[in-house]
Amino acid sequence: MLIESKPLLNQKAKLNSEPIITLQDVSVAYRVPKERIGTFKEYAIRTLQRKVQFNKFLALKDVSLTINRGEVFGIIGNNGAGKSTMLKVISRVLRPTQGRVLLYGKIAPLLELGAGFHPELTGRENVYLNGALLGYDQNAMDAVFEEIVEFSELREFIDAPLRTYSSGMYARLGFAVATAHVPEILIVDEILSVGDEAFQRKCNERMQSYQEQGSTVLIVSHGLAKIQDMCNRVLWLDHGQVQLIGDPAEVIEAYRRSNQ
Amino acid sequence: MNTITKPVYDSAANASPALTEIQELKHYRYLLKQLVRRDIVARYKRSVLGVAWTMLNPLGTMLIMTFVFSNLFKSVQSYPVYILSGLIAWNFFAQGTNAAMSGLVWGGSLMQRIYLPRTIFGVSAIGTALVNLLLSVVPLLVVMLITQTTIHLTFLFLPISILLLTGFALGFGLLLSALAIFFPDVAEMYQILLMAWMYLTPVIYPEEIIPAQFMTIYRINPMYWMLKMFRLPVYEGVIPTFQDLWPALAWSVGMLIVGWLFFTSRSDEYAYRV
Repeated sequence: MLIESKPLLNQKAKLNSEPIITLQDVSVAYRVPKERIGTFKEYAIRTLQRKVQFNKFLALKDVSLTINRGEVFGIIGNNGAGKSTMLKVISRVLRPTQGRVLLYGKIAPLLELGAGFHPELTGRENVYLNGALLGYDQNAMDAVFEEIVEFSELREFIDAPLRTYSSGMYARLGFAVATAHVPEILIVDEILSVGDEAFQRKCNERMQSYQEQGSTVLIVSHGLAKIQDMCNRVLWLDHGQVQLIGDPAEVIEAYRRSNQ
Repeated sequence: MNTITKPVYDSAANASPALTEIQELKHYRYLLKQLVRRDIVARYKRSVLGVAWTMLNPLGTMLIMTFVFSNLFKSVQSYPVYILSGLIAWNFFAQGTNAAMSGLVWGGSLMQRIYLPRTIFGVSAIGTALVNLLLSVVPLLVVMLITQTTIHLTFLFLPISILLLTGFALGFGLLLSALAIFFPDVAEMYQILLMAWMYLTPVIYPEEIIPAQFMTIYRINPMYWMLKMFRLPVYEGVIPTFQDLWPALAWSVGMLIVGWLFFTSRSDEYAYRV
């Protein structure tokens, strides 16, 4: 099902080589104090003694790349390679220490399922709260509310408090809210392994229909097979640096070889 | 290709974070409403009396205080009204600033995942406290009726008093929450500070018992002036004179500006720290 539609996507990506995300020499440096300083007194004393020392840890090093409108772009790499940091820089959570990030479209991050939900509030109330967290207003949420209930298959439970939901129901509602609007840029961080198989298929179908409508999708995953299936291009990050960007099969092959 | 010239987001463009933040907050005003709603609704969801607790709470404290202290402060006329008019202001400040501080620490996990205006948790915390303050005006009026205290027309000055205190509380709350991110100990320290601060402010005792030599300390205490803004129109039945008003106004505007500037100037670091 996924593979069938790929030629169409490739075609579209070629037609539409308009950049939507640009990273210019982006570096992110976390300052890790050599010792933990948590009180004023200690901090004051050490500042006076010039003893506050930091280890600079570069999570991303001079990353430059351009992602085009309509692409499905995968990011792979070992743990600690900087994948999550990269998503944070793109989704405006972190401002890069150096370099520049330019976005030419609105971002819709897939909130990790249930983040921002409140257990005491009903499903209905949480839909609006979660939508607001994603930056939508009341009208925008009214417009998609029915659709969210439909998609998540939670009509009977929508007015029950969320603490009565199972984790699968949480996940369904979370996904339904986050993808209720056709996003310009959709960010997916290791998320598709939740819910039962039928629901997973539904998620995949929805993401695919968004691609077809021109959304750009960014996926971070350890599931290489899935990445290869879905993506037009793949980036391999290693220790914060770009190792390879290009055709999914080639990049994944190179990555696999390096890990042997 | 026309969109290319104007990016939706440019990480390099951040000339005035304090002003950008105001725009972002305006854009996220629906979230602000939702967060205030969540805090009020969720807190009382399982209790039978629900939001009524917001009104019963200061009433209960007032009853205890009256029971304990009314003999001691016999000189104070209609002591319950005296207490309550100060207590609602103090509670607003204490709850609001505390919630602003813990709200940012709590919201930290969300701010690691999605972009949100950094001030939103501070502002919504003060917003929640403000709703509670407005609700607690009801028991104040009830107590005034029961104790047959005259309700003066000066009561209508109250919105201005509330506005002044809100500005001060928001500025202070933002300052505090910025500090609490860099130094987690601040959160614990603040609880002790609050208690000392309350006893250094005439909330439960009358101003007259303050020894003259300590009045200078009281005069530099912003909450002393804030409480005056509540007591004068509600309890004494007079409009604050300019002499009473200007310290409160200066503290309110000054703290709001300082807190906002300090908080927003550091806001890029929070996601690195929380």
